[in-house]
Amino acid sequence: MTESLTAVRPARRLSQLDALESEAVHIFREVAGEFERPVLLFSGGKDSVVMLHLAAKAFAPAAIPLPVLHVDTGHNFPEVIDYRDEAVERYGVRLLVASVQDYIDSGRLKERPDGTRNPLQTVPLLDAIEGNRFDAVFGGGRRDEEKARAKERVFSLRDEFGQWDPRRQRPELWDLYNGRHRPGEHVRVFPLSNWTEVDVWEYVAREGIELPSIYYAHERDVFLRDGMWLTPGDWGGPKDDEPVERRVVRYRTVGDMSCTGAVVSTASTVSEVIAEVAVSTLTERGATRADDRLTEAAMEDRKREGYF
Amino acid sequence: MTAIQDTDVTLVPDQTGPHELLRFATAGSVDDGKSTLVGRLLHDTKSVLADTLAAVERASRAKGLEAADLALLTDGLRAEREQGITIDVAYRYFSTASRSFVLADTPGHVEYTRNMVTGASTAELALVLVDARNGVVEQTRRHAAAAALLVVRHIALAVNKMDLVGFDRAVFESIRDEFVSAVRSLGVEDVVAIPLSALQGDNVVARSERTPWYDGPTLLEHLEAVPVGGDPALEPLRFPVQYVLRPQTDEHHDYRGYAGRVAHGVVRVGDRVVVQPSGRTTTVAAIDGLDGPLDEAFAPQSVTLRLADDVDIARGDLVAAADDSATASQDLVGDVCVVSERPVAPGDRVLVRHGTRTVRARVQSVTARLDLETLEHLPYSDPLRLNDIGTITVRLAEPVAADDYGRLRRTGAFLLVDDQEGSTLAAGMAVVGR
Repeated sequence: MTESLTAVRPARRLSQLDALESEAVHIFREVAGEFERPVLLFSGGKDSVVMLHLAAKAFAPAAIPLPVLHVDTGHNFPEVIDYRDEAVERYGVRLLVASVQDYIDSGRLKERPDGTRNPLQTVPLLDAIEGNRFDAVFGGGRRDEEKARAKERVFSLRDEFGQWDPRRQRPELWDLYNGRHRPGEHVRVFPLSNWTEVDVWEYVAREGIELPSIYYAHERDVFLRDGMWLTPGDWGGPKDDEPVERRVVRYRTVGDMSCTGAVVSTASTVSEVIAEVAVSTLTERGATRADDRLTEAAMEDRKREGYF
Repeated sequence: MTAIQDTDVTLVPDQTGPHELLRFATAGSVDDGKSTLVGRLLHDTKSVLADTLAAVERASRAKGLEAADLALLTDGLRAEREQGITIDVAYRYFSTASRSFVLADTPGHVEYTRNMVTGASTAELALVLVDARNGVVEQTRRHAAAAALLVVRHIALAVNKMDLVGFDRAVFESIRDEFVSAVRSLGVEDVVAIPLSALQGDNVVARSERTPWYDGPTLLEHLEAVPVGGDPALEPLRFPVQYVLRPQTDEHHDYRGYAGRVAHGVVRVGDRVVVQPSGRTTTVAAIDGLDGPLDEAFAPQSVTLRLADDVDIARGDLVAAADDSATASQDLVGDVCVVSERPVAPGDRVLVRHGTRTVRARVQSVTARLDLETLEHLPYSDPLRLNDIGTITVRLAEPVAADDYGRLRRTGAFLLVDDQEGSTLAAGMAVVGR
């Protein structure tokens, strides 16, 4: 043995990002070990991209052992769909699409008067879960997003109708995640539960993860509705009294075009975005999601019905 | 009313850049101001954003309050209000320049033992509240005892509502002395008491001018200073195997890696290890970290181990230090806290979940029940019911390699699971060699 006496013992401490990454990887591997047919919900939004990146690291050098599912509202930002297809190719995963448009075309779902399609995603999502017999469904939900999510478990049991019953949620002790469920039930799994929006962005920066371009400042035609900058499109905006303006904006979240607002921002790099998010006085959803503003308990209601 | 009064706080946290993560749990009795304290921590660390605060202000006005009731920040779900139930733990997040915090906020009433145990299971610090007017009450001792039982290393006592006792030093010191001696007798070394007013902000984030006799830290200063985790080098290696990685590609034709998270200790390339419960020994050939090969890994890193010998290893096995391994046995003794409506009774068929292993089991006997006030085990043989803590013996269909919970938390912990419904029945802490 010729161990150097001057060797500096490394400080065996994890930064918060390493601790969160290790926890998320542990969750991915638990699901792969305990479930038969897991799937990952993938919208091209930053949280789902980070999940896919974590899945790749969790199983390397083997392939990611699960497909990804996009619940497509039909009101997509074209940049995000392009990004989605590239990402699926790059990570080597199989993409499944559950289309809200198909449901509307066949009369199984009705367009809402306000044109927003986020609440319409629940039925195609549940049908896809049932049709493919998925037993574990990874979602990118974070507890810091919204107060109905603050009490969400990492492993969240859903009944055979996909519903979340707060009374049936299991206490989550240590890191012993209990994923047992009866036939027809499934478990939603949230590996980013303990991440904040800033954590996600710092991780994107550290790992050099590519995101859809609309997350960064760009010039775009937008119009103001309910205090939010929306992008005109086939989905039904703007109305006559809503003038279109050219503005430099970026998106903090990616969702249905009809209810996802842009923020006025000049942050065009990851570090500029981090600086902006760190001092933002609005929550991510409050700033950009019209659907969460509908009622105080909007998110809670959708979760109970089987939403993400 | 717990309407908050604004204070002049100049602290502006810089959330960005690398810092440590501290998980802590709060516990308090009804009405000792826990919601207000949590609200105050979030508010004064600038973790409450304008739209959330506006919603709280709207709700406060609707309730006829003049100032924002910060307790509403931690208010529950509509389902809870309508059904009169409380979900056990809500998680809150805030950051300062040096740390990120995950706060497990546990409601203090009805199912408090279950809630405390759940919150404390992942916490490194337990924050216990008392009302300065009432001092240490039965629930305070129970909260401290639950934290001690779960081996939470650091306990902080927030002596709240000091404004209502005129910031009287003697009141604080008498509560502190009583609590500290109670907690020390439970075996917890690090206990700190802080005089504060959550309502008015004294000694929460900003130092109070009304407690000139107090020279200790504010609550936030204490949360920022308490050490995170222990030194992994002082613990033997424990590595529960989660998943076997076999890519079977041309590039990685013979790759066989055991993916998992280091539960305790440090693992180095070349270490002699034993695979439990089978007892076969081998050597660590390589460690693959999430960003490439490593010479060593430590708790709680997620890595992949490759082993020198072609031993048969699957999910559920434990890789342990060859010279200091866990105790593999088909008999398990442990303290359990019942967390479900279904009682735990002798003869019950259950599943035991330990690490990554799940085995069939039968409850052999209930031997004691814990008096949470004294932490004394009293002889008992009836079924243990929701919120009871007691000692049981369990016969396992296959051996499990467990550690004494008091020594190694992650490999001493186990769950009892309903074999039909799959629900979690009890949180278990193994008793080995005691």
